[in-house]
Amino acid sequence: MSAPNKSFDPVAVAALQPAAVQAAVEQALTDIEAANTLDELKTARLAHSGEKAPLTLANREIGALPPQAKADAGQLIGRARAEIKKALEARQVVLEDERDARALSEEKVDVTLPWDRYPLGARHPLSTISEHIVDVFVAMGYEVAEGPEIETEWHNFDALNLAPDHPARTMQDTFFVEAADAGLVLRTHTSPVQIRSMLGSEPPIYVVCPGRVFRTDELDATHTPVFHQIEGLAVDEGITMADLKGTLDHFAVAMFGPDAKTRLRPSYFPFTEPSAELDLWFPQAKGGPRWIEWGGCGMVNPRVLAACGVDPDRFSGFAFGMGLERTLMFRHGITDMRDMVEGDVRFTTAFGSEL
Amino acid sequence: MRVPVSWLRELVAIPAGDDVDAIGVKLVSAGLEIEAIDVVGEIVGPLVVGRIDSFEEQAQANGKTIRWCQVEVGPDHGGVRGIVCGAANFSVGDHVIAALPGAVLPGGFAIASRKTYGHISDGMICSAKELNLGDDHSGIMILDPSTTIGSDAGEIVGKSDQIFDLAVTPDRGYCFSMRGVARELSVGYSAAFNDPAAFDLPSAPAGNRAEINDGADRIIVSELLGFNPAAPTPDWLALRLRLMGMRPISLAVDVTNYVMLLTGQPLHAFDAAKVSGTLRVRRALAGEKLTTLDEVARDLDPDDVVIADDSGAVALAGTMGGASTEVDGSTSAILLEAAHFDPIAVARQSRRHKLSSEASRRFERGTDPALPSAASALAISLLVEHGGAKLASVSQVDLRGSTPAIAFDLQRPARTAGIEISDDFAAQALTSVGCVVSGTSGVVDVTPATWRPDLTDPADLDEEVIRLFGYDNVPSSLPRLPSGRGLTPAQRLRRSVAQTLAHAGHVEVLAYPFVGSTELDDLMIGPDDPRRQLVRLANPISEEQPFMRTTLLPGLLNILKRNLGRGNDEILIFEIGSVSTWPAGHSLARGHDVLRPSVTSRPDESQQAGLDASLPSQERHLAVVMTGQRERSGWWGPGRAVVWQDVVESARIIAQAAKVELVIGSGNAAPWHPGRCAQLSVGDSIVVGFAGELAPRVCESLSLPPRTCAMELSLDTLIDHRHAITGAPNVSTFPVAKEDIALVVETSVSVQSLQSTLENAAGPLLESIRLFDVYQGPQVGEGKQSLAFALRFRAMDRTLEDGEVAEARQAAVEAAQARHGAVLRS
Repeated sequence: MSAPNKSFDPVAVAALQPAAVQAAVEQALTDIEAANTLDELKTARLAHSGEKAPLTLANREIGALPPQAKADAGQLIGRARAEIKKALEARQVVLEDERDARALSEEKVDVTLPWDRYPLGARHPLSTISEHIVDVFVAMGYEVAEGPEIETEWHNFDALNLAPDHPARTMQDTFFVEAADAGLVLRTHTSPVQIRSMLGSEPPIYVVCPGRVFRTDELDATHTPVFHQIEGLAVDEGITMADLKGTLDHFAVAMFGPDAKTRLRPSYFPFTEPSAELDLWFPQAKGGPRWIEWGGCGMVNPRVLAACGVDPDRFSGFAFGMGLERTLMFRHGITDMRDMVEGDVRFTTAFGSEL
Repeated sequence: MRVPVSWLRELVAIPAGDDVDAIGVKLVSAGLEIEAIDVVGEIVGPLVVGRIDSFEEQAQANGKTIRWCQVEVGPDHGGVRGIVCGAANFSVGDHVIAALPGAVLPGGFAIASRKTYGHISDGMICSAKELNLGDDHSGIMILDPSTTIGSDAGEIVGKSDQIFDLAVTPDRGYCFSMRGVARELSVGYSAAFNDPAAFDLPSAPAGNRAEINDGADRIIVSELLGFNPAAPTPDWLALRLRLMGMRPISLAVDVTNYVMLLTGQPLHAFDAAKVSGTLRVRRALAGEKLTTLDEVARDLDPDDVVIADDSGAVALAGTMGGASTEVDGSTSAILLEAAHFDPIAVARQSRRHKLSSEASRRFERGTDPALPSAASALAISLLVEHGGAKLASVSQVDLRGSTPAIAFDLQRPARTAGIEISDDFAAQALTSVGCVVSGTSGVVDVTPATWRPDLTDPADLDEEVIRLFGYDNVPSSLPRLPSGRGLTPAQRLRRSVAQTLAHAGHVEVLAYPFVGSTELDDLMIGPDDPRRQLVRLANPISEEQPFMRTTLLPGLLNILKRNLGRGNDEILIFEIGSVSTWPAGHSLARGHDVLRPSVTSRPDESQQAGLDASLPSQERHLAVVMTGQRERSGWWGPGRAVVWQDVVESARIIAQAAKVELVIGSGNAAPWHPGRCAQLSVGDSIVVGFAGELAPRVCESLSLPPRTCAMELSLDTLIDHRHAITGAPNVSTFPVAKEDIALVVETSVSVQSLQSTLENAAGPLLESIRLFDVYQGPQVGEGKQSLAFALRFRAMDRTLEDGEVAEARQAAVEAAQARHGAVLRS
């Protein structure tokens, strides 16, 4: 404590009386606690730590005190002001938290409100499955070959060992371009692309040919005059039927999972010899796994190789093909061909961009 | 081909324990596809032979006419019963099959006495189909009059039996007979084969009633006299025919059909009294006519092969007999003809006359040239036994050559299959299918059986050996592929374009490529438009749409309308597909002028080019059509209807996905609104397509919603102009300087041209420019518009100074003033 000052009695300065300081602090703390909003707190701050606040004014009186009293009064006021400041800060934090919490709660929205403002698009499932199959074969090293939909009879029939009077020509109900004897047709299968591939490059040839093909069937639940096939061709030295079987098994597994497999049944196609029908063991079939007719295949007929200038004594090949509509129908449980033809957006959008 | 199991068992020693499924497995592994297995004769309860004593026809309220019949079914079954029958193919006195109450027909159809059409019908008169004896539902079965009233008709419809319905591939003509199928089965089972064609012609005086000029290499004409035309067909034979799906007609006809079904050799019976002179196989004469058994008068083609007598053609060889020499109820002398006709000739005339018969189907696939004698012998014996006929003479012409042998390496099938197959196995397999094999190892001579005209090449023999070895025994292996190059750039970009459109809200469709000319009229496509260079089909599905599309729009618009009709009202659809047009001034080669290179060796380059040159141009297009809302209305506020910019935006998206810079200018093409049509071009002003609003009249004539929008472009051309490799941009990290300018110009000034002027004049410091506002109205005056652009300037190497930016801005404004009369709006 400082020594008494004979000429100036600090006690006489009312504002510096400890009791007065204590009263000011208590009033301040009461007001701060009572402040329920940041605005009220601001008012309290001005009142108790602003320029006109009692302790601020009292602080100014200290300068007039004798040196000994200055220190005592300074300490007294300093402690008081620090106490108020701390209370203000604490209250500030509480009120800010309250304000933020209130704001977040007031801004709450229903996040389940639908946002279907922009219509969704989709790929046609036939395109998607075609690309899916292509990807399986591209991963194996095949390339994708393409050819025209309006095709010469030579490419579509003659070169495939279907001579003009071959009974198998009438198996495929052909659209002819007018005039009917002009030798042009809508291709009845993707096989002419095999011919173009062999004419266009030397073996080894490994290609898949997806595409649109045509037969003169009326549209109904199971037929359509315009449909899609995918076809594979391998021509190399030493290609065997076992290679064909292994490739088809691999393909089946890629499309239908590890339990899928294939089976070959003797059949006849002019462009393959030996020829086989291809059955798929379809693990996901409704009512349990079963065999499904999937496509046709065989070893490329040496006559076809010869027609394309490929030496049948040195090279052999296999070919296979299947309908994409049929594949899509059993894989996805489509029961009516017309759904894939009519372009109803409800059907297509259900598939999105992947199958 | 229908194949009853009971009949098969007569021809092959099938293990007694093997049921229809086990037999089926053998047939499938022989390459015969089973389309169906029918079950017949599963009939319980009274099924009896009855006679129609009388009937009354009664018209019904539902439009049908029924017959109220009195049917005598014998004293054991209640004498005369009243039965209602819906068929009208019978007369009083006909013998029929009556199913009486208590009977259960195939399919669990129970017969009861019941009230129908105002009568108590006390049973049912049966059709062949109801008894599962074929598909004939056109009327009830009429029995031979020799059948006994009241007897058990179960004897006639046969005992329980199963019938395979087989699909026979074109190379296996011999399997269009019980003999051929049975032989395959005997090989599959290694079981004894009882050859039904092991017959020799009976001895008879040689006649001179057969001759071949052309179109056949073998014919036998047997002359039978004293035939009783009233002789009934034996029940067993009639039943066989019914099981095979044929209707018995008369003994002479039924015998020829039976022998054909059994052996595969079609036969024809002529009424000898109606034939004058010799039966001669020859080409038809110019102008010659023939009325066939189906009562169609046919103008013959000089390429047709006919059988003619001294009066002219009396049969279309191997296809159908003539009406003038048909056997009938008074025929007592028969000329039975069995021949081996040229398969190609039969195939051609069957197509030419649109006349496919049991005979032509067999001949065109190739019949066994050794068969005419055995088949004749079999038929003769049946006609003698059941018709009382006597063989008077046999006339024969045989011009057959020998079947050439195939030099064959017995290891070839093993190499083809990729498995071990011994020489022994291969030789035995070939022998078992009827080939004569000259040895058991190494390279041998293989002479195919006469019934296997399909075996001509070593590869054909591979198949025989491998299928007998078992396709199921072929293992799985994978070829060793050379490394692939993946999709071509064009293939990748096409995918990317489609995928990008889908992600931007477009739905892909695949329309039929057929169009009609009225559809092009509706699109206001003029007569000189290249889209009128149409490729026409000779045999379209519909004469309304006989052309291949030259634009994707008709198909897309049809699908759009179908969707609208089904209540789908926001339609954004696209298609990628090919369009076909004839090049200007094309000419088509026809008939013998068509280029058809030999297929024994590779066509040379000029032949390949010639083939390709005969094709129309086929280009891949992409088209989009839209109507309805591009953005939906909802709780967030109103939606936005499709406008022309949306299809221009589709084009922009496509171009970006295809890595092409697309230039958009104003265009004018059908079917677009002339004031709202954007022309899309690439490279050096190459027009690839158009986008915009359809012309109001187009919407009106197609009943489309007003302001339907469409875009079509050549995807092939677009992708041809892609950037091969995109160069990376330099991204500056210095601050950007932004300047906005609004310019007032005439409304005729296009944004694209003004913007490109600004871009060029602003110089290299301009980083980007973007139109952000368009204003037309009183503040800028009549015929004017204010176009506001946001310009961003930036340098690679420094922060720009105000002066530099102001200078560049000023240069841009001045250029706009000079070139377009633009006035800076303050």
